[in-house]
Amino acid sequence: MQSQLPIYPEQASNFAPQVDALMVFITAICVFFALAITAAIVIFFFKFHRKKPDDVGVAFEGDSRLEAAWMVIPLILAMAMFGWGAVVYVDYRHAPQDTLDVYVIGKQWMWKAQQPNGLKEINELHVPVNRNIRLILASEDVIHDFFVPAFRVKMDVVPGHYNTMWFRPTKPGRYHFFCSQYCGTNHAIMGGWVTVMEPSDYAAWLSGSSGVSANPVLAGEKFFAEKTCITCHVADGTGRAPSLNGLYGAPVLLADGSTVTADESYIRESILVPNAKIVAGYQPLMPTFQGQLTEEQILALTAYIKSLQSRPVPAKGSGIAPPTGKK
Amino acid sequence: MPHEHYLNSSYGIRSWLLTTDHKRIALLWLGSVTFFFFIGGILATMIRIHLLTPTGALVSPETYNKLFTMHGVAMIFFFLIPSIPAVLGNFLIPLMIGAKDLAFPRINLLSWYIYMVGGIFVLYSFGTGGLDTGWTFYTPLSSVYSNSAVTPAVIGIFINGFSSILTGLNFIVTIHTMRAPGMTWFRLPLFVWAHYATSLVMILGTPVVAITLLLAGLERMFHLGFFNPALGGDPILFQHLFWFYSHPAVYIMILPAMGVISEIIPTFARKPIFGYAFIAGSSIAIAVIGFVVWAHHMFVTGESTYAALTFSFLSYLVAIPSAVKVFNWTSTLYKGSISWDAPMLYALGFIGLFTIGGLTGLFLACLGLDIHIHDTYFVVAHFHYIMVGGAVMGYVGGIHFWWPKITGRLYPEALSRAAAVTLFVGFNLTFFPQFILGYLGMPRRYHTYPPEFQVLNVLSTAGASILALGYLLPMAYLTWSMRYGKVAGPNPWPATGLEWQTDSPPPTENFHVTPEVTWEPYDFEHRPDLGLAAGSPLPAPAHGDD
Repeated sequence: MQSQLPIYPEQASNFAPQVDALMVFITAICVFFALAITAAIVIFFFKFHRKKPDDVGVAFEGDSRLEAAWMVIPLILAMAMFGWGAVVYVDYRHAPQDTLDVYVIGKQWMWKAQQPNGLKEINELHVPVNRNIRLILASEDVIHDFFVPAFRVKMDVVPGHYNTMWFRPTKPGRYHFFCSQYCGTNHAIMGGWVTVMEPSDYAAWLSGSSGVSANPVLAGEKFFAEKTCITCHVADGTGRAPSLNGLYGAPVLLADGSTVTADESYIRESILVPNAKIVAGYQPLMPTFQGQLTEEQILALTAYIKSLQSRPVPAKGSGIAPPTGKK
Repeated sequence: MPHEHYLNSSYGIRSWLLTTDHKRIALLWLGSVTFFFFIGGILATMIRIHLLTPTGALVSPETYNKLFTMHGVAMIFFFLIPSIPAVLGNFLIPLMIGAKDLAFPRINLLSWYIYMVGGIFVLYSFGTGGLDTGWTFYTPLSSVYSNSAVTPAVIGIFINGFSSILTGLNFIVTIHTMRAPGMTWFRLPLFVWAHYATSLVMILGTPVVAITLLLAGLERMFHLGFFNPALGGDPILFQHLFWFYSHPAVYIMILPAMGVISEIIPTFARKPIFGYAFIAGSSIAIAVIGFVVWAHHMFVTGESTYAALTFSFLSYLVAIPSAVKVFNWTSTLYKGSISWDAPMLYALGFIGLFTIGGLTGLFLACLGLDIHIHDTYFVVAHFHYIMVGGAVMGYVGGIHFWWPKITGRLYPEALSRAAAVTLFVGFNLTFFPQFILGYLGMPRRYHTYPPEFQVLNVLSTAGASILALGYLLPMAYLTWSMRYGKVAGPNPWPATGLEWQTDSPPPTENFHVTPEVTWEPYDFEHRPDLGLAAGSPLPAPAHGDD
């Protein structure tokens, strides 16, 4: 337990010690400068207090070497802060490969999380300890922000596209999460708890909480048929639209000659705004599904399309870029 | 007191509402920005009382959200942005450069009327349903989901923008064209340099925020899809456009305060300011670099890593000119003849609070740290240190410094020193705990919070009550002094600027004869007219070198 008046939250993720170290580093430099300036002001204030009413001070015009020194030294220190901060940030913005992916949807004013097996939670998030967790964040309405102080991470949840964040919990326990982007009336109560569990407990919890939800891949497969996606996106590549087998994570060659990696954001955009990126060799025929799908339905479709990653890719009729030497 | 001056040259309500005298217009501004400061202050008081208990002591969630939104809108757009430029800048720039008025006196009056019209729209919004979007108006909350009176508020801020633009234009033209003989660019008071830089930001930035809020209003009224993703818009685009102005707007607030401090310190240390050219240049550098740091408000929106790296780097660069100013002010004190008058106490308080505000900006500019402290109370504390600890402290200090010039009378000295100390202590007690709250993870804009945050919130509210006293005291004794204060005379400190060469209060035409400047700025040694110990005139200047 921490004392009654802690000055930092618990450290419960891989990022927490890094962010705290940055905090200590910058605080040390800033306290030094703040104290030096304050001391100088206080000493001058008393030492050079006016003795006679008509006294004047001793004039100095300035000193360019001094000016140079107090530009260059702070600049060097500032660049150190910038560099170290950048290292932590770049790490945070690039999730490792082996993540456990959890979908999180924010809406006024609650959080829904969906585990890989489809288990759904509201204002709760269960994750195993010492595992890289990636959250794929979507919003049904306004901008929210998923913030876990004990993990020292947050990311905005923006309507219209996916954001992702990752962390590795390092300590079992229950930790607050908050919405930290103002989102309307009940912004302050749009929060909950992250429960970090031992892997065995997590597995037991996953299987124990039975019957809460359908498997998102199965739900997505159903929508794929219901929304008639299947009519054009034929698996063997003979349809009017490219086969989606093996798509997820692969490079896609576009009509304008560029390539794009098929991640969640690309899949989402292709469902909602199909003409934004046209796959090379195909016509812009697909209608938009903007406004016709809830975020959960989009997630289910995405989960299904992701599940096709391991299916055989047809030799013709796939959007995947051929493996050339070109980048 | 002089027999006739700008305050008694004519009487009646028309002589004020139709005046083109920059000094009278400045007083119109003083009245109206004080009114908005009162509104903002009352809202702040209610916020702090509400946060005394974790569940919220005073109002409903809807009302709380309106309190902090209206507090922000009133304070930023209708108090902080106009305060120093429109009151002190308006009053002093012509006097400081030896001019009779601003370049466009009628446009100057128009600025005030535009502000008043904008203010009425915003007050209408406050009175009919209030505003609950946050002063940042993030879309699609403001443009689609909010049920409050967003439309009149954005119209009011849109209109108010033109006031800012016209004031900036007026200042720039005045400073270029109306300087007295001998008032070269490097003899300009640093207050004028600071306002020149501020005016650049006003002219270049304000149109962007005006149009941005207009677009949000159009989306709200006519469902045009600019920012709403359901209509094909991009909510993040709003943030880019909004911060393109609203980050530089911070410099609109702080640069004029830096100008005030650069006047007070040499006057009360009685020596030339250390590094004049560096302080003047740093104002321009802040204005220029300040335009390319905006996306540091957006490090966790999902913006590209490269953009984040660029904006973090540039944000660190803008810290350097601010540091240069602090070092130069501090060095000016060395071997000065320092008086402990109230303006000096405000100025030194400013340096202390601005230093903390500026240094904590380094934490937020740090990418790795910002992912934790962004949108927490750390940010709230940081920007209040800049805007209240910095800008408002500078404004109140400046009001004290030039009060004898504006009214012809002195404020009560002991009481004003007590007020300066009260403000400093109350401010720190209010806002320092919020840095810790933020690091502990308390998000901003919360009407209710987990109980572990209560102690720090109670401390903050206790500080706010001291802070409120620190603001009420000057309002009371300054008002009192207008009638009962000691007559000041033209130059009570004495100070070196041209504004102190004329009567207090000045005549309507500012100077009885056009002044000619033969001395360098803040030079006490070669000014026998100031009646100080040193003081032999400079050898006659060699004319003809322009």
